[in-house]
Formats: sequence, structure tokens, C-alpha cells
Amino acid sequence: MFGYIIRRSLYGFPILLGVNLLLFLLFFYVNTPDDMAETFLGEKHITQEQIDNWKQEHGYALPRFINTAESFPGVITQTIFWQKSMSLFAFRFGRSDQDNSDIGTEILRRIPYSLCITVPVFIFSMMLNLFVAMIVAFYRGTYVDTWVLILCVVMMSISALFYIIYGQMVFSILFKLVPVSGFDSKFPHYFKFLMLPILMGVISSFGGGVRYYRTIFLEEINKDYIRTARAKGLSEGVVLFKHALKNAMLPILTNVVVMIPFLIMGGLLTENFFGIPGLGSYMIDAISRQDFAVLRSMVFLGAFLYVISLVLVDISYTLVDPRIRIG
Amino acid sequence: MKYFLNSWAFQNVLVVLLILLLAWIVMVMRQSEYWRAAFRRVFKRKLARISFVILSIYCVIALLDSVGFNQPLRDTEGQVQCSADTGKVLRDEQGMSLLDYILTPLRASKEKTYSAPFATHQFTKETVMDETGNSSRKYPALKHPRRHLFGTDKVGNDVLYIALKGIRTGMIIGGMTTLLVVPFAILFGVFAGYFGGWLDDIIQYVYTVLSSIPSVLLIMAFMIVYGQGLTQLCVIMGITSWTGLCRVLRGETMKLREMEYIQACEAMGVSKLKIMFSHITPNLMHIVLITAVLGFSGRVLSEAVLSYLGIGVGADTISWGGMINDARMEMARSPIVWWKLFAAFVFMFGLVLPANLFGDALRDALDPRLRTE
Amino acid sequence: MERLKLKSDKNILEVNDLQTYFRTENGVAKAVDGVSFAIKAGETYAIVGESGSGKSVTALSVMQLVAKPSGYIAGGEIVFNGDDLTKASTVAMREVRGNQISMIFQEPMTALNPVFTVGNQLAEVLALHRGMKKDEARTYGIEMLDKVGISDPDKRYDEYPFQLSGGMRQRVMIAIALACRPDLLIADEPTTALDVTIQSQILDLIRSLQKEFGMAVLLITHDMGVVRENADRVGVMYGGRIVEDASCKDLFDKPSHPYTQMLMKSLPSRGNRSKVLQTIKGMVPQPTEFTQGCRFNNRCPVAVEQCRQESPILENIDKEHTTACFMLGKDGVADLSKSGWMAEEESPVVEKYDYSCLNVESLKMHFPIKKGFFKKTIGHVRAVDGLDLAIKKGETVGLVGESGCGKTTVGKCIVRLLDSTSGKILFGDNDLSTLSGSTLKQYRRRIQMIFQDPFSSLNPRLKISDTITEGMQAHSVGSTKKERRDIMFKIMERVGLDSDMADRYPHEFSGGQRQRIGLARALAVEPELIVCDEATSSLDVSVQAQILNLLKELQVELGLSYLFISHDLSVVHYLADRVAVMYLGKIVEVGDANDVIENPQHPYTKALIAAIPQVDDDNRKRIVLPGDVPSPSNPPSGCAFHPRCELATEECSQKMPSLESISGESNDRLAACWKV
Repeated sequence: MFGYIIRRSLYGFPILLGVNLLLFLLFFYVNTPDDMAETFLGEKHITQEQIDNWKQEHGYALPRFINTAESFPGVITQTIFWQKSMSLFAFRFGRSDQDNSDIGTEILRRIPYSLCITVPVFIFSMMLNLFVAMIVAFYRGTYVDTWVLILCVVMMSISALFYIIYGQMVFSILFKLVPVSGFDSKFPHYFKFLMLPILMGVISSFGGGVRYYRTIFLEEINKDYIRTARAKGLSEGVVLFKHALKNAMLPILTNVVVMIPFLIMGGLLTENFFGIPGLGSYMIDAISRQDFAVLRSMVFLGAFLYVISLVLVDISYTLVDPRIRIG
Repeated sequence: MKYFLNSWAFQNVLVVLLILLLAWIVMVMRQSEYWRAAFRRVFKRKLARISFVILSIYCVIALLDSVGFNQPLRDTEGQVQCSADTGKVLRDEQGMSLLDYILTPLRASKEKTYSAPFATHQFTKETVMDETGNSSRKYPALKHPRRHLFGTDKVGNDVLYIALKGIRTGMIIGGMTTLLVVPFAILFGVFAGYFGGWLDDIIQYVYTVLSSIPSVLLIMAFMIVYGQGLTQLCVIMGITSWTGLCRVLRGETMKLREMEYIQACEAMGVSKLKIMFSHITPNLMHIVLITAVLGFSGRVLSEAVLSYLGIGVGADTISWGGMINDARMEMARSPIVWWKLFAAFVFMFGLVLPANLFGDALRDALDPRLRTE
Repeated sequence: MERLKLKSDKNILEVNDLQTYFRTENGVAKAVDGVSFAIKAGETYAIVGESGSGKSVTALSVMQLVAKPSGYIAGGEIVFNGDDLTKASTVAMREVRGNQISMIFQEPMTALNPVFTVGNQLAEVLALHRGMKKDEARTYGIEMLDKVGISDPDKRYDEYPFQLSGGMRQRVMIAIALACRPDLLIADEPTTALDVTIQSQILDLIRSLQKEFGMAVLLITHDMGVVRENADRVGVMYGGRIVEDASCKDLFDKPSHPYTQMLMKSLPSRGNRSKVLQTIKGMVPQPTEFTQGCRFNNRCPVAVEQCRQESPILENIDKEHTTACFMLGKDGVADLSKSGWMAEEESPVVEKYDYSCLNVESLKMHFPIKKGFFKKTIGHVRAVDGLDLAIKKGETVGLVGESGCGKTTVGKCIVRLLDSTSGKILFGDNDLSTLSGSTLKQYRRRIQMIFQDPFSSLNPRLKISDTITEGMQAHSVGSTKKERRDIMFKIMERVGLDSDMADRYPHEFSGGQRQRIGLARALAVEPELIVCDEATSSLDVSVQAQILNLLKELQVELGLSYLFISHDLSVVHYLADRVAVMYLGKIVEVGDANDVIENPQHPYTKALIAAIPQVDDDNRKRIVLPGDVPSPSNPPSGCAFHPRCELATEECSQKMPSLESISGESNDRLAACWKV
């Protein structure tokens, strides 16, 4: 089991290497360090000297791939690729281009804020969606099914932006039930600020989630073993909630576990609208401030978490599927 | 280059090509018994018929907004102006589309600033001087009272007109991206699935790398490097979304490869390229179609979010995302200015809902087992 | 204690005028349309019929398990132990299912829930109907597993379905079904998905448990042989109705309905080897296209106007023998002889040539099993492991074996769909296995293949004219499109397709017609050898006969050679000149077809032949082979058959026997066995 996990984790390495190269290409070839310097210094009236200084200060004044001026190991290590890109593998994210703060520290500081929103949203919406999907699957072919499905399509067709904006309008501005935005980490206040973003998160994932889970359930319901279960005299409830659910867990798990990166990376819109200082707003700040170093780090972190979640999918499969656990 | 790609004229060429391509696809499909039967099944549903009509209307508006001309400049007396040295007629550099032309009454009915839908007076107070020379603060009457279905915005433009102009952007994002995605996804998916081996390994590696970066992050990185713009947005959305379709097509090709009719072709000595493109690809087109329609609505929704986040089409292009972005400030006013947001909501919903419904109808008719998220 | 029930005259199940309909896009499908029959306690009642006859739907209707919401019971009653099940509440019905009536299904591979243990699924039914606690259920469950012949039952109890073979899973299904000692067991094609040696194990098991528990069995099958050996009474179904109902003996001795008579005649068997098979024209109707009047009227040689207008009902022609037909004679049997249908015709004699068409020498096809990141090969599936086979011009060689023995792989290697690992495939003077590119392409047209599944063997998006002419185009048969179409029309006519069908799509054709199209596609490039991979296996008996006759006729006309790959020994016996029997990638016996089948020498061949239920032989000696076919990735040492062979000795497990002549001087009859 342990060996299996190690092996699966190693599969992720070439993928992360690919991500790393892609980012390097994007941030250091398409957009050269000189371009970056110009962006930061303002495009007009700057001298090459200023640019070189800026590059020196921010560690971009090195050759990109191979440093011919150095001997081994400096020939490889004294390069932008090594110092700015390969270092990501060691989680050394470096410093922000904008305010020189340490990116790693900032990420760690912000993660809990993101989780405050994403984890409850994730748990509540999964429970709600699964429950509704099962009810709908139970009443498949009836008007309950039809109307819930129509509701789902309608809800899917509305941008998350509207949920948030209208939610703020109704709950905060109109009825003044909760504050419009902001965050307070002290215990009782905490809920006041979180309620609305969580509610909106759950609502905006409802349509797609229910439909997805319903499809999975219906796929299982048409299988032979369900007919066997019915032929045994089991009630429709047991057939659905015991037999179909456990099999449906396999595709559901995949869907759930790959959500993990998004939990940690935080909700961009939610954090932006509600003023929550998590990783989502960190990214949005980086965009508005053109902070390339922060963006690079965040993209790599996202891909890293994705690769990790794939390993977790494999592990969770072994827990649920006896064919993998034993076979 | 970047500016050329984002120029009005270039995009119009693309839109017209897109529509022509669509027409060609329809023609090809009409030849095939399979597609005729499939669409008969789709159009049996009332919802699908209604959705199709609505989508067609959006298409027509987008087309009207893409065919245009540069109006000659006129002087104050209405005379056409000519260049002094060459004698050529001087033209307005800002192009004018057929839609603009048709909507001239809407376009021309500008107010000074905000006004609510169907209002007779301006939304904000102004200091007005009456005949006696006394100044007072009051709501001035509008120049075009009760004419603005969705009110007017900060600089007095009719919001309905802006929302209508947003259609073209939405359709380009949805349609052009699909155009970029489909050929690559088919080519790579079919090659990987049919040949297997190292080719398959490479293609799989590429799409795994691309799909391992959460798409919104990849879009961010790309857009910040290349800058905002409609073309960039289409390209990066294409890059992030071909992987999903490619994976599905690869899997489906692997299944088809084992089908006996493909084996019969191989035993017959039919060339591999012919097998791939005249036997396998036609049997994948239903998946492509369903994914394209459902993906279309997803992209329209994404555009709004990305434009809101400042990595979308940019401020120069009118889009629903941009409207929502503007609305943010307006919502903070008291009393709130809600109509611009509302117009964006109505127009987006009016496009995305029929696209979703039509996509569903297609899936139910063509491949009910296809799992779409 | 066991409730002992003996056969009695009391009807345990009475089905009266049952109608089960389905709402479909093309209107209402009357899958079951007025079926009546009765089953007495302890007896076996078989419903036999071809696909689309409504036999499985009848079974599901009894259980009230017809797929909702499209399917529904439109009328009639199902009286079980005095209660009408069509009126029973959902709760009452659940009490009956799995308790008083149980059911087993066709596909054992998918009928068990993959994520629960065998024991869990067995205990579930005991807890539900017997209120047993976990430990009690376990003890009883293990006892049940033992009863159905599962070795190591207490170990197997905690295993998952994927760890069991198909035959074992079907045994588990039986254990679950019989755990509550039902009064009636419904077995819906219980052995169709299984190999013939496993089939006889399972049927034996059902029979012995039936005797022990005294239950009634409703057996649904398409196989007349299975009926003959297992049923007490039989109902023959056609077009959603029962057309004849009789005791098993009466039915086979004195078939009275035209359909029953014709069905029996169209079975290939040892008796009619040199004859043209009697065929029923047309095809089995599907439930949406049932006609007015007698459902069989359009295929019946003696049908009159009355048959087209009115529906006949079941009437007694004898005690306990009823038939629904207007055309019965005084003896209660429809006389088909006047229609000219019964005239027996000798098969045309195929000219045999002495030179060989194809010679396969020590062919091996090993599929690597790859694992890990670097795809290291950790073993091989030895699908074909040293096979020699010769086919003469104008000859039909039957290649017989159970699933997984590698027979299909042999076919694919010969047409070069697979590149063999080693060995020679000599065709003329060339070794096909070494050819590539354009030289290979030249040979491709000389060896063609027809496939098993008529539904996946034609591209659904192509008109059949395109399907047929595609090969011609690839091989430049006919220089213009017009010329190719003319050739195509000739071939279509030859295989029995109307030329106006050319521009239709595959979905408009029935299984038999599709098989004809596949044949036309192969013939279009003028091949010398055709590999038929289970070419008639998925067809109904009446349609199979048409295709078999066609294959024979074409052979005579065109001097074709066939490699006929099949699991069905009776079909092979009918069609083939010589037979090769395969077991785990090797040929164990080969020789003249009649000789091998009438007088098998290898113990495996003997068991294989003995396992086939026969229609016309009551006294055959039965050999039930123990166990399953071993995995070809890890075949047993020595003779691969030794673990299942009753004659096996120490020598068999150590040394691999080679194919040796067993008829003394001639080289025609070979077997690979130390004990021959």
C-alpha cells in the first residue's frame, strides 16, 4: 500500500515538470525579464540602466537556462530557470515582484481564510446535491424528476456573479441580515460574515452538481446487479441507497477529490466580493498589480495540488473498490 | 499583431467564416440520413424548438453586428468630406455595423447620464437654471422619455443598445473558441486513440499537463502575459478546453478501433488515414456536437467572470462581463442603479439557457449515456 | 427442516392472458400479448423461443420487474399460490420476490454487485426474508455455497464477485436465489453466456437442487437441446404468444405447430449433415412490428387468408398438448408436406482440391502484460501457443473451442489484424506473417473475414453500398464507380439482398441481413479464403440455417475455402469437412469432422461433445468436466488439460504431449494426448 502511494506520487513528477516548463516559457520567453521591468518601471523614459538595476534587485539578471560564465554546478544553478522555476519544486516561491514580501509565508497565512469558505461550501453542497440527486433518481420519470431537472438547468444558466451580487443585494442591502462584506476571525462574529458567501457558494453549485450525480445514479440503476437486488425482494430504498450508492461512489469520489485544489486555492469571486483575505483575493491582487512572481507561484501550487489530488483519488479508489484493493 | 488580431475588421472576417462554416456543416448533415433522423428526434421536443429559434436570433444579431462599413465623414452641413490632396472621400475610422445602422434610433437617443427604465426624468439631480435665473436642484426631464427599455448608463448611452452589442462578443467567445478546439481535439484524440503507442503517450502527456493546471489559473497566467483581448481570450479558452474533448474522443476511438467494422476495413486493406477520417471521425461527431453546444454556454459564463476579474476582453470591447463590472460601482450607489446589471443578466440568461436546453436535447437524442458535467 | 414437495397436480403458477407492453418511440410494443400457461409444483416448465418472442419479458412480468416506466402489464393475471400477483401491493410483492419466487439471469458476470462480498449479498436475502442475524446467516450461507458446489465455501463467502469465474458466479446466484427455498425458480437463459462444459455443470446443479428442494422451475431458453434435457413441459413462444404447449416428449415426438416443426428442422445436427437445411423464410418479427392475425402467417408455408385475419387460440390436440393454429390436420399436426417444404434436398457436393490453400505452422501469439510506469513486461498471455493448421482449397475447416482458448486470435492472425509473435502463415508460397505494405495489401483481398456481431460489423453511418464497394475501391476491383456498382448488385443478388436495398443504412436491416451484407463485403474483393469468426452465433436458429445454406452454396460456386471458428459443435459438424479442437492456445485434436465428433479420442473433445445437450439423442453419455478453463497467462505445466482430466497421470502434468497421428498410417487424424 505504502509502495503503491509512492509509485503513484512519482507519476506526478513528469507532469509537474511539464507545468514548470510551460510556465517558464510563458513568463520568461513570451514575456521577458526586460518586459517585466518595463511594466514595473513605467514604459516611458526609462533607461537600460534602470532596467538592469531592477532585474538585479529582483534576481532576474541571470541567463535563462545555462550560465556559461559559471563552472559546475553554477552553470545550471546560476540561472533563472533554476532559481525561479525549479525552486518551486522545493516550495521556495521567492519574493513578490511588487512589494518584495515572501510569497510562501503569504500563501500559508492566507490558506486558512480560503478554507473557512470553501470547506463548508464543499461539504454542504455535496450533501445537498447528493441527497437531491438520489431523491430525483428515486422518482425518475415522474414530474418531480422533470421539474427538478428544469430547475437545475435554469440554475446552471445563471452566472455565479449574479448569485453573489443579488445575494448581497437581498440579504445585506435590502434586509440587512448580514454585513455586505468583510471578515472577522473572532468566534461569534465569524459566522455573521461567512453565512452569505457559503450560502451563495452552495446555491451556485446546486444545478450542475445535482445533474451530475443524477446521471451517475441513473447509470448505476440500469445495471444488471440492480435487477438482481430487486429480484431478491429488496425495497427500492435499499436498492438505491445501499447497492447503487456504493457503486456510484467511485465516479463521485473522482469528482469530489479533484475539487481539493479548488478548496485550497479559494474562490476567486467569493473572496473578491466579500472581502475575504484568502488565496483567491491574493491572486486577484496579483492580477491587478501585475505581480508575475505571485501568479507563477500560484499556478504551480494549483497544479501541484491537482497532482496530489489525483494520487488521493487512486488511494480512495482502493478503499472503495475491492477490485483494486485486492486484485 | 496583437492589435490586428483584435481589430474589428479581422474579427468580422472570422465571424463571417464561422457562420459560413456552420452553414456548410448544416448542409453536410442534411445529406446524411443519420443526422436528419437525429434532428427530427431533437426537434420533436418543444423546448428544443424554442431554444433553437432563440439561438438563431442571437446568431442573426451577431452576424448583423459583424457586417458593416465605414461611414463617410460629413461636415456640419451634411456634405461628404473629401481629402484635400487625393480627393478621396474621408471615412470614419470607427466602423459601423448593420446592427448599428438598424439601431440608429437607439444609438442616437443619448441622455446625459443615468436614467431608470422607462423613466421620464433623469436619475440624478442637477442644478438647473430656470428662466428667471434661479438655480434649483431637481431631476431634469429626459430628451427621450419612456424610450429606454433598460434605462441609460453613466454617460447616457441606452443600456439595451449596449446589451445588444454584447451579443457579438458572447457569440465570438463561444463560437470561435469551439472552432479552435474541435479540429485539434479530433485530430489528437483520433490519432492517440487509433495508433496508441508513443504517439498516444505524448498526446496524453500534453493534455495531462495542460489539464493539471486549474483552468482559471492558466487563463490568468496567459492573459496577464498576453494582455486582455477577445482573441487572446478565445485562444486560451481553446487551450484549456480541448483537453477534455480530446480525452473523450481518444477513449471513444479506442472503443471504435475494436469494432468489427473497423477491423473489416483493416482486413480489407483500407488505408489508415481513410479509416480514421471516413470511418472513425463520423462516428465521433455526435460527441463533438454535444460537447460544442454545452461548452458554448460554459464559455459565455466564463467570459463574464473573467472580464469581471480584469482578464477578459478588455474595456474596449463591449461585453456582458464588462457590463457587470461597471454595475459593481452602480450597485454601491444609493439608491442603487440596477438596470445595467439586470440587462446583462437577461441577455446572458437568454443565451445560456437555450444553449443548455438545446445541448441537453442533443445529448438525449444522440447519446444519452454521454456524461457531461 | 426442508419442506419436501413432490410433483403434484396442483398448479403453483397460472398465467392467464398476460399482456406486457412497452411504450417506445415507434408506438406501443406488445412484447407479451396474451400468454397463458401453468406450472405445477415441482415441475420444470420451459419457454423456448427466438429473440423478440417475449420469453424474457414473460419471466420478468411474473416477478413484476418489467422496466418502469416504459413497460407495464396491460392485462391478464398471474396467479401464484392462489394470489394474483398483478394485483399485489409493492410490499406484498417484495415478500414474494427472493422468498417464494426467485430468479437467476443470463449474465453472471454483471448480475452480482461488484462492491459487496458474496457473503454480504447472500446474507442480505436471508436477513430480509428469514430475519437471520449476521452469524446465523453466515453459517447458513456457507452451507448454501457448499450445496451449490463451491469449494472452500467459508473462504469464498468473504470474497468479492470479481474473484470468481463466470460459472462460479452463476453458482453464487443460484445460492442466493435458493437461500429461502422458493416454490418457484425462474431461470432466464441461465447458461447462455457460459461455455458448454460449464453449462452442463450448472444445469446439472439446478436439476439436483430442484429434486432436493422440490421446487418448480420456469426455464427460459432459446436452445432446443437444453429444453429437451431439462424440461417436463414446454411452451413454444413466437411473436409474444405461446403457439404450442406440450409435454417435452410430445413436443419433440409430435411437433404440431408449423413454427415448431420448422424450427426443429432448421437445427443443424448430425442427422442432416449432407442435406440442405430447412429454413424459415424471412425473419423473427420485433414487438413493434407484429402483424394482424397469426403472428407467424407471413413466414408460414401453409398460411391461408384466415391466418392473416384472425388470431388462433391454443386448442387441445391431445391430452395436455395444445396448439394455436388453424391449419391442423386430423392428427392435430399441421401438414407441411404439401407445401413442398418438407422435401429434403441433398447439399451440393463441393469439389475438393488436393493442394493446400493455407498452412499455419507453429503459430504463436503472446500478448505482453505490461505494468508500471515504464511499462515493463511482467508476463505474457499465451493466447495462441504453437498451432499448426492446414486448409485445402475448397475445404471448410472448423476451429472449435471454449471462450478464451484463442480461436478468435488465430483468425485475426491469419487475416493479419494481429501481428503474430512467431510462426509461419503460408499462403501460396508466401509467408503472410512477414509481409507488409503493398505486398500485404495484395494478399488482404485473397483472405477475408466475416464477423460475429451483425450490429457492430457494419459502420452505422455508411450506406451499405459504400460498405460493400469500399474494399473494391481499395483493391481496384472494377475501374469506375459504375462498374463497381454493377459488380455490387450482382453480389447482393447472390447473397440474397434486393438491389434496391443498396442505398439504405445498416439500422434498417435485421441481424441475418446484416450478416449477408458482411458476406457481400467480403465476396466483393474475390477472396480465396474466408475466415468466419462465430459468424452465425448471434443469429436466431431459423436465420442461422439460411446463412449456413448460403455459405455452402457459395463454396460450391466459387471454390472458396472456409476457416469456420465457432464454439457451437453442431454447427461445425454440419458445415465443416475437418475439425480442429482447441484448448488453451493449442490444438488438442484434429481430423475429419464426422470422425472427430462421432468418435472423439482426446478426453477434452470427449467431454466437450458430451456436454452439448442434444435434441435427438436420449442416451448420450454425459461427462461433466470439473473446474474452469485455466488462465492463458499462466497455463498448467505439461498437458494444459491435465487438471480437469480424469485420465491424467503424473506424466501428463510434466510433459507436454504433441499432436500425433492416431489412425496409424494416415496423417489425417491427430491428437495431443499421452493416453490415446
